[in-house]
Amino acid sequence: MREVAVVGSAQSPGRAANRRDDMAGILLPVIRTALGQLGLDRDRIDFVCSGSHDFHEGRTFAYIDSLDAVGAWPPIVESHVEMDAAWAFYEAWAWLQLGHGDVALVYGVGRGSVPADLDQVVPSQLDPYYLAPLRPHQDALGGLQAHALIAAGLTSEREMAEIVARSRADAAGNPRAQVVGVVAVDDLLAAPYVAAPLRAHDVAPPGDAAAVVVLAAGDVARELVERPAWVRGLDHRLDGHYPGHRDLTRAPSAAQAGAEAARTAGFTAGQAQVAELHVEYSAQQPLLARALGLGAGVAINPCGGPLAGRPMTATGLIRVAEAARAVHTGRADRTLAHATNGPALQQNLVCLLEGDG
Amino acid sequence: MAEPVAVVGIGQGKQAKRREVTIGAMVREAVAAALEDAELAASAIDAIVLSKTPDLFDGVMNPELYLADALGARGRPVTRVFTGGSVGGHAAIYGAHLIQAGLARRVLVAAYSKESEGNFTWALSRGLPFSAQLGAGAGGHFAPVIREYIRRSGAPEHVGWQVAVNHRLNALRNPYAHVQMPDITLEKVRESPMLWDPIRYLESCPSSDGAAAVVLAGAADVGAPARPPAWIHGMAFRTETGHFAGRDEVNPRAGTDCAADAYRQAGITDPGREIDVAELYVPYSWYEPMWLENVGLAPVHEGWRLVDDGGTAIDGRLPVNPSGGVLSGNPTGATGLVRFLEAALQVRGRAGGHQIDGARRAVGHAMGGASQFHAVWVVGSERP
Repeated sequence: MREVAVVGSAQSPGRAANRRDDMAGILLPVIRTALGQLGLDRDRIDFVCSGSHDFHEGRTFAYIDSLDAVGAWPPIVESHVEMDAAWAFYEAWAWLQLGHGDVALVYGVGRGSVPADLDQVVPSQLDPYYLAPLRPHQDALGGLQAHALIAAGLTSEREMAEIVARSRADAAGNPRAQVVGVVAVDDLLAAPYVAAPLRAHDVAPPGDAAAVVVLAAGDVARELVERPAWVRGLDHRLDGHYPGHRDLTRAPSAAQAGAEAARTAGFTAGQAQVAELHVEYSAQQPLLARALGLGAGVAINPCGGPLAGRPMTATGLIRVAEAARAVHTGRADRTLAHATNGPALQQNLVCLLEGDG
Repeated sequence: MAEPVAVVGIGQGKQAKRREVTIGAMVREAVAAALEDAELAASAIDAIVLSKTPDLFDGVMNPELYLADALGARGRPVTRVFTGGSVGGHAAIYGAHLIQAGLARRVLVAAYSKESEGNFTWALSRGLPFSAQLGAGAGGHFAPVIREYIRRSGAPEHVGWQVAVNHRLNALRNPYAHVQMPDITLEKVRESPMLWDPIRYLESCPSSDGAAAVVLAGAADVGAPARPPAWIHGMAFRTETGHFAGRDEVNPRAGTDCAADAYRQAGITDPGREIDVAELYVPYSWYEPMWLENVGLAPVHEGWRLVDDGGTAIDGRLPVNPSGGVLSGNPTGATGLVRFLEAALQVRGRAGGHQIDGARRAVGHAMGGASQFHAVWVVGSERP
């Protein structure tokens, strides 16, 4: 594998809703910041890849507008995934392996606030013949998964509340977080259910934001940043679709992606000091920790994680950015980023990052 | 280029309004056909790329999730690519990149659209800043660009009609093509209703359901199959921004750059002579001469002459779209991949009734958005 590292990132402030800017308007300052920090001009970028989804913008070809912020002139080498931008990160990393260029820019931009009703949008990713017509609301499958986990003794409502309280407290140190603050676990447990056993705070709050990650290969990475976050292992896998066919207390594709990433990384997920997990529901955190083999010594989502803000289709890429930031700042030598797509953790990506010495 | 990559399996289904099958069944049909052609079990596939145009066309968000079983994708890496109508080309190239990057040995690239489950023209009549809401769909966007091409080139108006006739006659040789119109004539095209001046009804692509799939393998894994592979000699994609007044949508620079990159990789210096057959993304008849010029198969302003003298007909010196092209079938998510795989069928000698004798090098071309997204591959019968 060619040595490729995350050399920089930027993110717009997490907001429940940004009514002022369109997609390109949210993205442009984030690209400027990410490149500015590295002293890079746009013409140094060899490949651009992004992730977003039309359904959140409510119109076709929504991502085309975001290209105005990239400045695709003269013409650029560019691709896009209609998924979380963590999968665009994978495509950019794969492209850099080819040796056709040295620098890639990845962005994710999404707005959870634009759809009038996410309960109408989220179920449309289910089997259109047998599942979508049942119209489960946006958190119904997450609720079933949390229930299964509690029934199996793998978490509890109290542990879920503790995860939320800790995430929000940790987010106080993260200027990009959307929901911040000290809350008492007992107060959280007194809140009503939205999809039993989930309460509103157990649901990662949808938001509007853009995130940018810059990748560079080999010596270019070393020139750009003092401590590159080298991508040592990167893999993603898909599970079957039907919730009724799956054991919702497990995420085999997360475990598989973690094992595959570890194979090339030379270290396992459990040996990371920081793990950034794309949890959409608090109950998924213990599930993922178990699937990935994260012990008590691994700091999970120390920036607050998605429970402190979940911008659509950018949240997985933000996990990569945060895991890399921990390496850049010297807080950790080895970190893990995880991203997910689909209902109840159907598809999962794991990235293992490492700093020099 | 790095490790040579070959197309070792191709599958597609009938392009039509297919209300009798589910999306999953339609995709499975193409995937199974591609695997059978490649003589591979699904377990031999290391990674899957799904090509699909906007999910709003047929209403399923992130369809790769629901299609996990149809694609044979459990436990596999699956990526859903989307770059407008060019997506089938982008997806095929990404699949080949995964092999060249050493991340997979064999990749399945699948593509589909089921336009009959939605309303295509509604979904394409998107609101744009500073633009009147016309509800005019894709034709409304492309018509003024075509008028500008005609103005610059001085092409006579029958050129558009001739392309429509050529492609529909070619489609009669392709059992997968949606539009089957044995009685088509220049007069019929000329008399068909004007939709978006100068685009007439019979100069427009249909809205189709359909799926397609290819299996790609690195040179080390091609082996000696009974049916010969098609080798990728060059491949590229390019994007340009849509809202930049300095761009030329008649002859977009992204398309020119893209083709030039692919030819450079393939060692082609005179594409008009060295390419035996081309599958171009022609959604409206006039795009045949426009793309011939844009991808370097004809001099600028001269592409229409190649049409006019019969050069692009199936028995011409540079046949274009012997499959019938987009004008004869347009499941948008698959349309770009179909152009790519039809080019591959030609150099494998496996295009059946629309085979061009002796085709050794072919171009597959896909275009998307407001002519912003371009993908090209050059495939050949010889290993590069």
